[in-house]
Amino acid sequence: MSTTTSPATPAAAPETPAAPRSNQIMREILGGSAAISVLAVVLALVAGGILIILTDERVAETSGYFFARPGDTLGAAWQAVSGAYTALFRGSVFNYETDRGFAIAIRPLLETLTFATPLIAAGLGVALAFRVGLFNIGGRGQMLIAAAAAGYVGAYIPMPPVLHLVVALVVGIIGGALWGGIVGLLKARTGAHEVIVTIMLNYIAFYLVSFLLRTPGALQAPGQNNPKSGPILESAQYPSLLGPQYNLDLGFILVIVATIYVWYLLNRSAMGFQFRAVGENPHAAQVAGINVKSVYVKVMLIAGALVGLAGVQQVLGTFTGGFAAGLDAGIGFDAITVALLGRSKPWGVFFAGILFGALKAGSFTMQSAEGIPVDIVLVVQSFIVLFIAAPPLVRAIFRLPTPDGSFQWRAPKLARKAEVSK
Amino acid sequence: MTAAPLTTAPTASAPGAPASIAVRSWKAPIAFAIFTVIAIVLFFVVGRPDVDGNPITSYRLSEGRDAIQLPPLELGLAETTIVVAILMAAATVGAFLLARAAIKVPLWLTTVFAVLFVVGFLTWAAAGATVPLVGLLAGALTVSTPLIFGSLGGVISERVGVVNIAIEGQLLGGAFMAAMLATLTGNPFVGLLGAMVAGALVSFVLAAFAIKYLVDQVIVGVVLNVLVLGLTSFLYSTVMVPNAETFNSPEKFERIALPLLSEIPVLGPILFRQTIIVYLMYLAIFLVWFGLFKTRWGLRLRSVGEHPTAADTVGINVRGTRFWNVLLAGAIVGGGGAFFTLAAVGSFGKDMTNGAGFIALAAVIFGRWDPIRATLAALLFGFATNLQSTLSIVGSPVPSEFMLMLPYVVTIVAVAGFVGLSRPPAASGKPYLKA
Repeated sequence: MSTTTSPATPAAAPETPAAPRSNQIMREILGGSAAISVLAVVLALVAGGILIILTDERVAETSGYFFARPGDTLGAAWQAVSGAYTALFRGSVFNYETDRGFAIAIRPLLETLTFATPLIAAGLGVALAFRVGLFNIGGRGQMLIAAAAAGYVGAYIPMPPVLHLVVALVVGIIGGALWGGIVGLLKARTGAHEVIVTIMLNYIAFYLVSFLLRTPGALQAPGQNNPKSGPILESAQYPSLLGPQYNLDLGFILVIVATIYVWYLLNRSAMGFQFRAVGENPHAAQVAGINVKSVYVKVMLIAGALVGLAGVQQVLGTFTGGFAAGLDAGIGFDAITVALLGRSKPWGVFFAGILFGALKAGSFTMQSAEGIPVDIVLVVQSFIVLFIAAPPLVRAIFRLPTPDGSFQWRAPKLARKAEVSK
Repeated sequence: MTAAPLTTAPTASAPGAPASIAVRSWKAPIAFAIFTVIAIVLFFVVGRPDVDGNPITSYRLSEGRDAIQLPPLELGLAETTIVVAILMAAATVGAFLLARAAIKVPLWLTTVFAVLFVVGFLTWAAAGATVPLVGLLAGALTVSTPLIFGSLGGVISERVGVVNIAIEGQLLGGAFMAAMLATLTGNPFVGLLGAMVAGALVSFVLAAFAIKYLVDQVIVGVVLNVLVLGLTSFLYSTVMVPNAETFNSPEKFERIALPLLSEIPVLGPILFRQTIIVYLMYLAIFLVWFGLFKTRWGLRLRSVGEHPTAADTVGINVRGTRFWNVLLAGAIVGGGGAFFTLAAVGSFGKDMTNGAGFIALAAVIFGRWDPIRATLAALLFGFATNLQSTLSIVGSPVPSEFMLMLPYVVTIVAVAGFVGLSRPPAASGKPYLKA
């Protein structure tokens, strides 16, 4: 993940003239992370397209006589892919097929933002932990615990309108923070690896919440047999932002605030400086007088709180009619891909979340209009991350120049060659 | 973002440390004491008020078709729990005395303690009912089989220095490919082979990204799990569901009863009336153990995982060793995935592995990166899972969710260093850069 294009080393020999300014910028844009991110998305969509073509029935039919009339197969393939991706666009940005006016046509875009809301919140939690060098796979567990806490307050403890929402939100966030904090504490105290602990805590949270959801008096709706909570009281639900015809709610504002907070925390606060220092090199940070253990605990508390925000969103915003144990809907894992695509930077995560929100929103239209299962989104998502994680692969595919200096995987080869030639 | 080794580094109070350094580790006795207290609370404070008198728990030792019929074992609740509690307390005191004398608590004592706890717990939980012991243990083996394959692959992969979070993906890919190919060819052996290839393919991506492109291994592993889940679910919905007959109705492996061996009371029906995949598993456990610790291949593999620079210095090809062994690990895990579709269920379903890969990963860690211990850990986890379903039939007072939670809690306790020292291969997770 060391792809930040650092400026040329100051110790560069003076006799080599600096490259022209425009050239450098070009190289930085081409080789830098932004271009790689865009190209990774393009490549992933191409891969998804190939998958769609391979499983399309008409393509399969026409390929039987491919050599007699290749046009048929190619046409069918084109139709399958273009049909799929225009459906994706209609479902996620702008539905140009409707004739019921702009307000309806633009609804997919707002739907995208709605889907993006929990993704961004959870993505921020994962990204923040990344910056300290911790791998927070525990999104699912943190979401579930936060949701259970917020859901209990929201559904079973009546309170005055505004206060109720605030209390439910805060209790939920605290729940997520505590569940994340366990990880930080175990890491700091015993050195237990956070990947293992978070994976295990995911399952523990799942079974714990499942148990609570089927226990009368805990979370289960009174007088019911389903493992499902009662509906969230009106006073604790997120108010809608743009009126009842759109699903976008207060959560989106909260997520923008969270993004600004994480940006401020990382870039403008003393604590954020400590976080980044530990992320760069915990040993150096320790020597410099930073209490690394307390940083681990703090960052996991905050990360858990951010992921918890996503859990609260699911309960108070999305499943207001009552929630079940599947409320995380894979967001905890999607958050990892969001954080990676956003390069663990707050605004990067924000836009990555919107992109994945669009994929999610559009996938439902793809399924209903073209019969393509929503699982294609998982495939596209994981391809995006694989390509982003391996910039040399993307560069090799597009024949891009390798930006100099900062790419360590070149080093061993060159060093070996130099050795041999000596 | 290089993944740190999965370790409990700071606590150097290793029970296995040289004897000259007398280190007292109180973790094991404390763990013993906690379990003893839990047992006493369950047996005597909570009790079984719902069952009258002194109920008897009966353990059925023979199935109807067995040649040698054993009478059922009957244990009275009061006597058993009192004896078990006293013995557990004695073991705890013993562990404290050993710890005070700076002697490591031996494995046999822990095993005896665990068995005591399980016997007491079963007798308490199933009071007044019949426990089909053979069925319970045979079911545990069935649940454990893919876990054991997964943990064997995990052990190989981590021992050679590549963290394998993608076990789940390898199992799922194997299950899918096995169902597909076995149906298309009508031959389950082709399916098994295909499953191994599928697992190796997932491993190939892991190896290529981790070893060639130096991408963080945990990231690749996590993403591969999502990718395999997405691909198999997509293909399941588009290809398998519309044509289940042609793509998703594999012929299952038959159970083969080994002559003589399968007639051993209790053990025979559990161990030797199984499908060929389970017999292959016995073989794989032995081969992996023998290979890792008794052959040149294993020595090289472990040296690459512990100290790649040293291995390189003596002429071992570090990247090549890692690459091929990660592929081998994937093939083993993939073969385990075939168990889902060719032996257990008989058709592929969306996300049918349902987290088994992560339990296998837990078994690798709980088993301290050792094939035999990892196998035992996988058996323990499989037993806990199957016990839960058996108990829910007999009607136990313990909520099933807490039984299902057990493997994960145990693993956290293990990685937090409460049960002995868990030290991973030193170079696990670190890409090797030839300087």
